[in-house]
Amino acid sequence: MTVYEQCVALLTLMRKEFRRYTRIWSQTLLPSAITMSLYFLIFGNLIGSRIGEMGGVSYMEFVVPGLIMMAIVTNSYANVVSSFFGSKFNNSIEELLVSPTPNHIILLGFVSGGVSRGMLVAVIVTVVASLFVDLNIHSYGVVVAVVAMTAILFSLCGLINAVFANTFDDINIVPTFVLTPLTYLGGVFYSLELLPEFWATVSQANPLVYVVNAFRYGMLGVSDVSVGFAFIMIAAFTLVAYWYAAHLLRTGRRLRT
Amino acid sequence: MSPALEIIGLEKTYASGLQALKGIDLKVEEGDFFALLGPNGAGKSTTIGVICSLVNKSAGTVRVKGIDIDDNFPAAKRHLGIVPQEFNFNVFETVEDILIHQAGYYGIPLKTALERIDVYLEKLGLEDKRQTRARMLSGGMKRRLMIARALIHEPSVLILDEPTAGVDIEMRRSMYDFLREINASGTTIILTTHYLEEAESLCRNIAIINHGTIVTNTSIKNLLRELHREIFILDSREVLPKDLSMDGFTLSRKDDYCIEAQIDQGQDLAELMSRLHERGVSIISMRNRENRLEQMFVSLLEQAS
Repeated sequence: MTVYEQCVALLTLMRKEFRRYTRIWSQTLLPSAITMSLYFLIFGNLIGSRIGEMGGVSYMEFVVPGLIMMAIVTNSYANVVSSFFGSKFNNSIEELLVSPTPNHIILLGFVSGGVSRGMLVAVIVTVVASLFVDLNIHSYGVVVAVVAMTAILFSLCGLINAVFANTFDDINIVPTFVLTPLTYLGGVFYSLELLPEFWATVSQANPLVYVVNAFRYGMLGVSDVSVGFAFIMIAAFTLVAYWYAAHLLRTGRRLRT
Repeated sequence: MSPALEIIGLEKTYASGLQALKGIDLKVEEGDFFALLGPNGAGKSTTIGVICSLVNKSAGTVRVKGIDIDDNFPAAKRHLGIVPQEFNFNVFETVEDILIHQAGYYGIPLKTALERIDVYLEKLGLEDKRQTRARMLSGGMKRRLMIARALIHEPSVLILDEPTAGVDIEMRRSMYDFLREINASGTTIILTTHYLEEAESLCRNIAIINHGTIVTNTSIKNLLRELHREIFILDSREVLPKDLSMDGFTLSRKDDYCIEAQIDQGQDLAELMSRLHERGVSIISMRNRENRLEQMFVSLLEQAS
């Protein structure tokens, strides 16, 4: 395919993905707004007002970056895992596989869907958060970079999950039993300084720690880990996920017989 | 000129150990209307799966318009249009969206895609279903949608895997006419089917596959010449005698006015007529046993319309 034709194929996939999740906006965009409003109200406002400061800022301000990031992670992941597995389930993935569309365009197309939904939800959640707290951005560059890299990383993870999934139950196992615990233990609601030294060290293996803290630095200028190191870790996780997802598409594992 | 499709020593062994293809060779010339016949599990769909990249081959060579799929599969895929046996589109999408997406995957810009969609939806009688979600279509409409989708990038080789399964007789006939039309315009067509009459009606050349090997590969005419026996239905003007036994011929009485006659290769049909006439039986019509009901059904529908 020429570069122009590849661009057409990519735009087609992006259009398809965008139309898919906006068509069912009440299942894809609205739940995050409601869930995060409840988090802000209960943890930030009601309970948070009794906690006081954390990391040098009010508890409400402290949890906002983590909650926005939580919405990005879950939505970018959910978008790709459900879309790709749905295509596998109804065999419409064959439309793509029999076409000359290169694997990297297929990958980019699905990831673009996940990234755009993650970012759209991030905007919605940020607007909701602004109703509860005055938001200040410490570094726009860090915020944009972390949001983009995180959405790409978890979109890729969603695609990998979808390739291996055989049933709709399989696409819920990872978000429920892996992603959610990692998010809660990734410092969304607390500073790693509160943990005993052993558990603080164990937390370093959790990719969500880097994502949440880098984003918190971008918004508040405070972080439990070095921002530079956080970027290196997110980039490393992203590269590994991209390589593996591309490998799965190239070999046709679970897609071709 | 390169053949439209050339398969040399194609083998496929699945992870389960099942050897679906045992080294098949096949050549389909450009512009041909080719039938690949065989019973369930013979290897037809596996062969098509390899050609269109849904099945990884174990060994052998596949060339589409002279392009080896191992060397440049994307270039080979451009020449191929695939109509699979099972519906494989997103049933929640509209007919138009399904076609736009498929065109996009071949790098066809939206404007061109929309022009082609106009053409193919009209040709396939789906123009009023353009904004209908695929799940609302009947089985026959879904089949036609898959044909439109396979043609949207205007391939030079169209492969149809049992395209008439579940399609009513009237629709099947119009589908045959459409396939003949696009074949006449130069598109090579490869058809798999269980129905010999379908292959006989449409195709010029044929390969029969069984247990992963090609049993025969010849022209339809040659194959029919090899038929050792044909069964004819003969209608009599008068009530038939009770005893129809006749040396050299196998006759059975279907009802008071109808005989089923098995005519073996080399037997003289004129002699049968003559001997029936000697016994006071005047034959007023004769036809092959196949497709009588189908013809009657179409005739009745035409009369009704």
